[in-house]
Amino acid sequence: MARLNANSLGVAQEIIARYPVPRSALIPLLHLAQEQDGYVTEDAMAHIAELVGVTPAEVMGTCSFYEMLKREPVGEYMVNICNGISCHLLGSSDLIHHAEATLGVRPGGTTDDGKITLEAVECIAACTEAPCLQVNYRYRNRVTADDFDQLVSELRDDTAKVASHGQLARVRQHISDDRRAGVSPPDGQGEPAWLARNPSDNGDGS
Amino acid sequence: MSENETVVNITVNGQPVEAKPGEWVIAAAERAGVYIPHFCYHPRMNSVGMCRMCIVDIDAGRGPALQPSCMVEVSEGMVVDTTSEQTRKAQDGVLEFLLLNHPLDCPVCDKGGECPLQDQTMAYGPGESRFVEEKRHFEKPIPVNDLVYLDRERCILCDRCTRFADEVAGDPLITFQDRGDQTQVNTFPDLPFSSYFSGNTVQICPVGALTAVPYRFKARPWDLTEVESTYPNPMGDRVVVQASRDQVLRYQGVDSDAVNWGWLTDKDRFAFEATASELRLHTPLVRGTPLGRLDPGGSELVETSWGQALSMAADAIKAAAADKGPQSVAVLGGARLTNEDQYAWARLAKGVIGTDHVDAQLDDGLPAEGVLSLPRATINRACTPGGTVILMAPDPKEEQGTLYLRLRHAIVNDGVQLIELTPRATGLSHLAAFRLHHRPGEAAAVAAALMGGDIEAGPDGDIGGAPVSAVAAAAAAIADRADQPLTVVLGRPSLAEPADFTMDAVAELVRFANLLSAGGRPGIAFLPALHRGNVLGALDMGLAPGLLPGRITLADGGPALAEAWGSVPSNPGADARGILQAAANGQIDVLILLGADPLGDFPRRELADEALSRVGTIVASDLFLNPSTVRAHIVFPAAGFAERRGTHTNLEGRITVQRQVVTPPGTARADWAIATELARQLGADFGFGAPEDVWDEITRVAPSHRNLSMEAIDASEDGVVAADSSIAFTPPDHATPVPHVDAYSLRLVAARRMYDRGTLPQHAPSLAGLAPTAVLAVNPYDFDRVGVEPGADVQVISNAGEMDMPVVADPGVPRGTAAFGYNYPDLDVRDLVDPDAMVTDLRIQTR
Repeated sequence: MARLNANSLGVAQEIIARYPVPRSALIPLLHLAQEQDGYVTEDAMAHIAELVGVTPAEVMGTCSFYEMLKREPVGEYMVNICNGISCHLLGSSDLIHHAEATLGVRPGGTTDDGKITLEAVECIAACTEAPCLQVNYRYRNRVTADDFDQLVSELRDDTAKVASHGQLARVRQHISDDRRAGVSPPDGQGEPAWLARNPSDNGDGS
Repeated sequence: MSENETVVNITVNGQPVEAKPGEWVIAAAERAGVYIPHFCYHPRMNSVGMCRMCIVDIDAGRGPALQPSCMVEVSEGMVVDTTSEQTRKAQDGVLEFLLLNHPLDCPVCDKGGECPLQDQTMAYGPGESRFVEEKRHFEKPIPVNDLVYLDRERCILCDRCTRFADEVAGDPLITFQDRGDQTQVNTFPDLPFSSYFSGNTVQICPVGALTAVPYRFKARPWDLTEVESTYPNPMGDRVVVQASRDQVLRYQGVDSDAVNWGWLTDKDRFAFEATASELRLHTPLVRGTPLGRLDPGGSELVETSWGQALSMAADAIKAAAADKGPQSVAVLGGARLTNEDQYAWARLAKGVIGTDHVDAQLDDGLPAEGVLSLPRATINRACTPGGTVILMAPDPKEEQGTLYLRLRHAIVNDGVQLIELTPRATGLSHLAAFRLHHRPGEAAAVAAALMGGDIEAGPDGDIGGAPVSAVAAAAAAIADRADQPLTVVLGRPSLAEPADFTMDAVAELVRFANLLSAGGRPGIAFLPALHRGNVLGALDMGLAPGLLPGRITLADGGPALAEAWGSVPSNPGADARGILQAAANGQIDVLILLGADPLGDFPRRELADEALSRVGTIVASDLFLNPSTVRAHIVFPAAGFAERRGTHTNLEGRITVQRQVVTPPGTARADWAIATELARQLGADFGFGAPEDVWDEITRVAPSHRNLSMEAIDASEDGVVAADSSIAFTPPDHATPVPHVDAYSLRLVAARRMYDRGTLPQHAPSLAGLAPTAVLAVNPYDFDRVGVEPGADVQVISNAGEMDMPVVADPGVPRGTAAFGYNYPDLDVRDLVDPDAMVTDLRIQTR
């Protein structure tokens, strides 16, 4: 469990290269770590700290601020049922109770088979579609108890076609070499001061 | 305030106040004597406006409004009201919020009695809480490192400790985590707040959330007696020493604008534990039998009276002088004493006994005459905005902690450019404008190129190990800023090589210094970052061969001082190495050790060992028995810091007072009194009855200290800087050649670490365990070449010896170099250093 693997490390280096200051890549790298392991491991945080040149404590400070970055293992699918005011008025509390009964876990818990983690969350900004929920942050609208049962059975036999937890998008952004930050400054300009490399760096880290 | 600075006129509580442009309202009000309550604001750190306690009515032209005075700059015509009804209600409300989750466990809290939260709740608070719900709960104190405990329930989230760690110390190992209603300060799991400066967070914590292990539950603030004093380190950090029931319990940093800004290193802050150690010497000791009878050849040290010990020492000195002449008596050490102690011993040695074999440094510093001949800088000069600092010294983070903090602040905030001219990376490397890491011993080549010499690659295609382009860029950067002060922080960067290499580099810097000081430019000045307490005072007081008190040579100052003292030695004596060599040859009959441990500190242990066994009588004055003093024949128990009065000289030449707050253990005496008494036994009356008498004489006979009256030093907050020196710089006759390193070897750099096997840390229980275990650090790219794996246990072989240790990868060590600590408790680097070679090359092989 683990630090970033070779594959992730390659992606991480590409992400870092997008930013003039490495530490700006912190949050994208945390997502990358979560994509790799399903949650952000302490080893991954320490690895990210090395990559962007901050202390692990600073990575922890950032990571722990964001609800969506999980620091403990979660199920394959995060089911977040909205309990904002619109959803509440349209029966999301009943839906949550139904989910608790169906899955046998309280919000925050994970089913024994490790498939589903149930969460009750604040408004997820789909009030016109209340009551709504998210599966790994993909929306399901106007959810009834029957819809929920249908969803759960699809999740259990993996026919729901939902990306795994941590994967933000199916298509990864790729920026070609010539457009990366810090590689080719805009025409007619020298490197801005914050980009200037230390002239005494001779490439071997000494 | 300088003349070109304008003044911003504001009104605070109806009184006109002249503020500085850009000043925070809270600071301007405080200078005008109006205290605005606050928790998160700290004058030495950036404002963050976290606690909201300092909100007051501020009218900047658009009517009064509540604004945080730590975040609002003064502006012309601003009206501030800190007593309005609105302000009072706001403070009341803020305090009620701050107390929502505060456990109010004041009766069992160390901070009780000196707690800003407690005080301000009394002064401004609501008195009663309307909060009846359950408070937040955290595990009660958790260690954030070996020295500091954190109670997150008491924390009011002011961001002071986390800001200190990030902004001031540069070790952001504690951060806010779980931001939201569960916000807490914490470390990364299993990665402690291992900063050399963590104790400062305890001092600046405005509640009892952070407590220091050595002080926890030791005393109540109202039981403490305190004096302001100067910690005996080369920086001369200003401290308050607090004691209760005649026992020192705490040091707190004092915000001296010229020196330490209120900060202390943990090593200094918690070293107070050693003063109360049971191992302190409290009675004079002399040789005797195991049953306690006096016996000059006895195997044990037995207790005796001062009279007995003093007369035995005097007899030994008289006999030696009569037998082989005064030069058969030698004095080593004295760097840990006060100026007065040092002067009294110097007068005893040079004026009464007549020997010039006196050295306060144990061949681990720089030549005294060289140091005193260089134009001296102040710390503030080094930190002048826009200036340049050349670091040609051991890592200040390891050896001069508060200097590191001052330099770090200057580089980060004031645009000081740092040029690092060291054999390996330091704690400041990542902030350096130019990192010129030279091969061990080759600083002079880089220094010459840097200061206007020819920039030409040497035989290895570089300049002393630094890339030519980098040296050229750094030289251009120095020239660019020639109208700003250039300060060299000067020390002995590696103890695996003699000081000659460093002095060669100094000669190059001085040779070109005229270019810099032409046309009224500020030119170049030096901050001697030497090791050990009051070592700069020792040099000033003449505890060095060929020197007399007042920064004057024996030749120049001798005639004048002979009138005051009666006589002075006719010929310059030897330095520590010469003294120990002479002793090993049987030419020294009496060796006086003043808080010195040649066996532990002198770079050539065999020589020190041989010398100690050949000397007829070893007389020691010390706080503890150490490996050297345990072999002494006569041991005087000395009074230490906080047990005696006196003055201290820091690396700037700044003289500040040290005050007494507890009594010395047993019959221990101040060193000036020991020297005076010993002089009396030798027939000389110094006439000293108090340290003030000694200082009075110093101001009369020491040329550099004339007119530095005790009254002036005592009255000034930051002390007085003695700047004059009558010694001219003499460059070495010829540069010391550097042997070429072969392709299979790594050249050794050995420098001290913060926590070591030194006397004070080893006798302070909280610090004793902090010394790191020995590892050899090598550049990651060198592993293939030497054929070992990082982390492996290897055998390290030099001309002088071999030892086994783990080898680790450290990108801060240049290729071709290997770095080792000088003073690890477990492995002694001196087993590897070849005493007769100029450099030490290591071979590494797997076991």
